Amino acid sequence: MSKMFTSSSGAYGFIVGTGIVMSLLWALSVMADDGEGMYHIGRPATNADIQVWDIAISPTGEGLPPGQGTVSRGADVYVAKCAGCHGPTGTEGPMTKLVGGERTLATDKPIKTIGSYWPYATTLFDYIYRAMPYTAPQSLTPDEIYSVIAWLLHRNGIVPEDTVIDANTLPRIHMPNQEGFVSDPRPDVAQP
Amino acid sequence: MVEEGKTVDGNDTPQKEQMMKQEDQHDSAVPPSKRNLEATPSFSAVVNRRAVLKGAALLLGTAAVQAIAQRLSAETGPAFEDPTKVPGGPATPYGHRAAFERAERLVKPNRSRTPLHLLHGVVTPSALHFERHHNGVPMIDPARHRLLIHGLVDRPMVFTLADLMRFPSVSRLAFIECSGNSGSEWQDHGKKTLQDIHGLTSTSEWTGVPLAVVLREVGVKPEAVWMLAEGSDAAAMTRSIPIAHILDEALICYGQNGEALRPEQGYPLRLLLPGWEGNANIKWLRRLKLGAKPFMTREETARYTDLMPDGTARQFTMVMEAKSMITSPSGGDRIQQPGFLEIRGLAWSGRGRVVRVDVSTDRGRQWAATQIQEPVLPRCHTRFRFPWRWDGQETIIQSRCIDETGYVQPTRQELIAVRGTNSYYHYNAIQSWKILRDGHVQNVHV
Repeated sequence: MSKMFTSSSGAYGFIVGTGIVMSLLWALSVMADDGEGMYHIGRPATNADIQVWDIAISPTGEGLPPGQGTVSRGADVYVAKCAGCHGPTGTEGPMTKLVGGERTLATDKPIKTIGSYWPYATTLFDYIYRAMPYTAPQSLTPDEIYSVIAWLLHRNGIVPEDTVIDANTLPRIHMPNQEGFVSDPRPDVAQP
Repeated sequence: MVEEGKTVDGNDTPQKEQMMKQEDQHDSAVPPSKRNLEATPSFSAVVNRRAVLKGAALLLGTAAVQAIAQRLSAETGPAFEDPTKVPGGPATPYGHRAAFERAERLVKPNRSRTPLHLLHGVVTPSALHFERHHNGVPMIDPARHRLLIHGLVDRPMVFTLADLMRFPSVSRLAFIECSGNSGSEWQDHGKKTLQDIHGLTSTSEWTGVPLAVVLREVGVKPEAVWMLAEGSDAAAMTRSIPIAHILDEALICYGQNGEALRPEQGYPLRLLLPGWEGNANIKWLRRLKLGAKPFMTREETARYTDLMPDGTARQFTMVMEAKSMITSPSGGDRIQQPGFLEIRGLAWSGRGRVVRVDVSTDRGRQWAATQIQEPVLPRCHTRFRFPWRWDGQETIIQSRCIDETGYVQPTRQELIAVRGTNSYYHYNAIQSWKILRDGHVQNVHV
């Protein structure tokens, strides 16, 4: 084999030889899958696999569980589970402010809260269940979450005090800043 | 002003106080700000000596430790012992850096920053890759970890880590940059050092299976345009990814710089979306759900969106635009004397390759092209160098990156003219370092 490359046409022979080898490798790699790009690795997911992890809630309300909540019950949940980090009325912090901030987004000191900034009410259920309270995520019941959402929306002046929040009503709530988001226009800075 | 510990990318944490205490202890060992362009190993050698010996005793046994003790003693004492006249240390199963080396991440409760000013070349050592997490670093048993792919697919599937490692694999270098990196510079320049300002970017060699290969296995339905990626951390961190724009390059990764991912980087599995903002590169990846529309998670609505002066906010601002910075000399350094100095820096672009980096050493009046280290890779930190002779006079030095799309890194004024000062994320303006006559280097806005 090495003799093939000792003549004056060695370089050419090497290229041709390499080409043949590469073609063979290519053919083998194509044959390594099933011809449709599949490798038949992994196992089918069961409904149980999906149900235990599928906690995402869409703006349509898809994924919301049964249950309901009221503003008054939400006040209790808030005091017990949230006020320690977000302040007695949701405006104090020290962590993210949840209430207030109306008409501040276009000012020098914007305050981005649920009321002033969040575009979808359904995101509240998704986020509170998956990530809050910080020390015990995924510990709140659906009724507790619907209730604390009712309280937060009421404190932000978005729903009246007698509101009942559930899988039917939550997706229908129009958030004040829902039209406030635009797609990415970059590159946006004038070029020299 | 952005408050300390509550910065632009700032989720505060209830455990802040506790972690701040840890940070204080951490900081007291080796203050990252105590540094200098000249090598001065004695300070940290003294401070760290006891800790080094204690750790070494566990690993090596007493005899070897005595040899190290002699050497450290020599290092901190009047005479420097000749290492050719004492036996060296034994082989070790997992290597450690030299006891004199002290580059460290700058740690805050839910993030840590890479010491870019102390690194060579383009690869970030895994132990120094920046961190950002939303409720701590989980410790995951790789044997139990699963990736579920479902939603708008023909065949919902579950993959073990071993399954994913069986697929055809790919390795590539890529930077990951937090969208909040450099965010302090939108407003006042309260921060002083390169690490503190720009340390939320790092480059690793990543290994994994192309996302496209795994998605072919489950059969993505034509109407599935978005993909929810979810982490297995205590924030169950989620982002919606517009797959058509990233499918050519996205990887599901298990390897980093030749070994398994570090826990801080998503062990045992993470998404890599080269060139896109760090938070979308979901770590500890456990689930991909295909959908027709974005899921509008909190991270892509309330958090990682860019507020403009008119009160609107930009959403799904994924690409990290071209950026560069001089890493040496940089803020907090002190140049020891006038004369030759190699200006060194890093440049990168989320849109592809860096084609040119210019440097100015006279407050931006004149610019000269720098030497760029080959190979230049797309969406990867790129090293540039510029030989310079400092005359001992006060001046300002800057760098400017141009990428393969022709995009030129803007000045701070150009950037703020369009986006104001409250957009928090994606700050990529030219960094200015002022050199004082005594050699001190400071962060300034010009």
